Amino acid sequence: MSILSIRGGRAGGTPTARRAWWPGRAGHGFVAPYVVLLIAFGVVPTGYAIDFAFTDASGRFAGLANFTAAAADFRFASAAAHVALYLLFWLVSLVVLVVGLALLLHNLAARGVGKALRFLYYLPGALAGAASVMVWLFMLDPTVSPAGFLLRAFGLDTFGQVIAPGHLPFVLTAIAFWTGAGGWIVVMYGALNNISPELMEAARIDGAGPWQIARRVQIPLLRKWIVYMVILAFAVGAQLFVEPQLLAQASNGVAGRDYSLNQLSYDFAFQNNDLGTAAAVSVVLLVVTLVVAVVFVVKSGFFDAG
Amino acid sequence: MPGPVRALVLTAFLLFFAVPVLWLVLAATKTDDQLVHGNPLSFGSWSALRHNWNALTAYQDDAIFLWLRNSAVYSSLALVITLAVTIPAGYALAMTEFRGRRTLLVATLVVMLMPNATLVVPLFLEINAVHLVGSTWSVVLPYSFYPFGVYLTYIYFGTAVPKELLAAARIDGCSEFGAFRRIALPLAAPVIALVGFFSFVANWTNYFLPYVLLPESDQFPVQVGLGTLLSNVPQFNPTAGTLAVQRPELALATLLAITPVLVVFLFSQRFLVTGMLAGATKG
Repeated sequence: MSILSIRGGRAGGTPTARRAWWPGRAGHGFVAPYVVLLIAFGVVPTGYAIDFAFTDASGRFAGLANFTAAAADFRFASAAAHVALYLLFWLVSLVVLVVGLALLLHNLAARGVGKALRFLYYLPGALAGAASVMVWLFMLDPTVSPAGFLLRAFGLDTFGQVIAPGHLPFVLTAIAFWTGAGGWIVVMYGALNNISPELMEAARIDGAGPWQIARRVQIPLLRKWIVYMVILAFAVGAQLFVEPQLLAQASNGVAGRDYSLNQLSYDFAFQNNDLGTAAAVSVVLLVVTLVVAVVFVVKSGFFDAG
Repeated sequence: MPGPVRALVLTAFLLFFAVPVLWLVLAATKTDDQLVHGNPLSFGSWSALRHNWNALTAYQDDAIFLWLRNSAVYSSLALVITLAVTIPAGYALAMTEFRGRRTLLVATLVVMLMPNATLVVPLFLEINAVHLVGSTWSVVLPYSFYPFGVYLTYIYFGTAVPKELLAAARIDGCSEFGAFRRIALPLAAPVIALVGFFSFVANWTNYFLPYVLLPESDQFPVQVGLGTLLSNVPQFNPTAGTLAVQRPELALATLLAITPVLVVFLFSQRFLVTGMLAGATKG
């Protein structure tokens, strides 16, 4: 630092002279701390993951051995299938219901009611993470749940029956939707408010009903925000960990252990002491989610320079 | 959609979103017996609430307060560092020219799309290699790396602050840092609030990272502490020993754990819209 300022002084001392000596000097100063964190917690862990994924326990290059070991593990295919199924349910319900509810709220004449509803839909977002699982453990236990009558109507009398492995995609989708959907409804509602009233009025004069306006005017104009929601929800959903982990804990391992890829990676690392395979699972998950996100981004022209 | 159907749909979702929250609040006022046999949406009693409170705080000598304090320390430290790092970085990306600007922007977008929990296990290996596992900084520093915040700040300055304003300040003899501090920073209040909100909520509710990096119970943030309490509830873990935690105590602990985020949420609806819409409008 002192050397830099001395050099700067020699170059003339005025800001203009310093700028000429080192163009972009200030910019570099502003981003330097961020770059340090980016390297330490973005680049290095990624490098670590790749390094471990391709070496064996003694640090020698192992080719794809860790990947084949992961793929050969009986839990891998099912964990991948679980995550894929969960993502399908979660993303479809998110797109259909969030857009649908935002449109319904937007068409509501009573503004006060709409505002209150948006807030109440949004509130469970404060319970993201472990808190939401605590709440849903109770909601899914027929003996204490306020919806116990509903669960029993489906023939589910015990907590164990409710969280049977086959039900988990629905259960996890319900939890994720409960915490996450309200925020997106608020966002979509805001996006709907940005659509010019003249456009809607013109469609109405042309004889379009609310349904047609939604389908031909509002939803196409929401497209970009829907893509944005899907990209972020996909990234969050793919890293599923806390919900099945705590469900597994609460059901004594009946459901949820090694349910998702992140849990499997965690188990490889901390139960089996097999860091190479753990890293291989992380790398697969990272590559797949990144590729999907990039495809979405490119296809939708999302980050087009504006 | 006809009015009655719409009302029905909106009410059904209102019940879905609101009843669990209401239930949670009421559950903290009941005994475990009332929880099972009483009306699920009834109020228990103040004495039961006091009893649950005493039982919860007695658990491992005020462990719940220690966990809440840990959460507060981790989230606030991370909040301060995040803002100090993120705001200048986003500003420089939007308002100044320097070598590597485009590369940094692309790297930020890529990392933003990377699911960060996937990096938790590699992060553990890295932090283990520098012998920081179990230290406060092992969670605070990763929390402080917040590319989404950099992106939001970049968008904000790129759209809301004219470059000419800064050029004028420079001509008037302002240094680069002076231009940032006197011109840009006062205009940045909305985006500072926005980044702060997202960062605080994300860090307060994070589970996986502290779960892996902080092995000792007295370092847990409250989210991981909830997991510990859960494993001592006999109904969810038949092998729970003598430290048994009753279900209403778990409900009360959950309420305490979410209170700070709930308070932030009461004021945040506006941030959410402006922030997310800004994030989606320009690239």
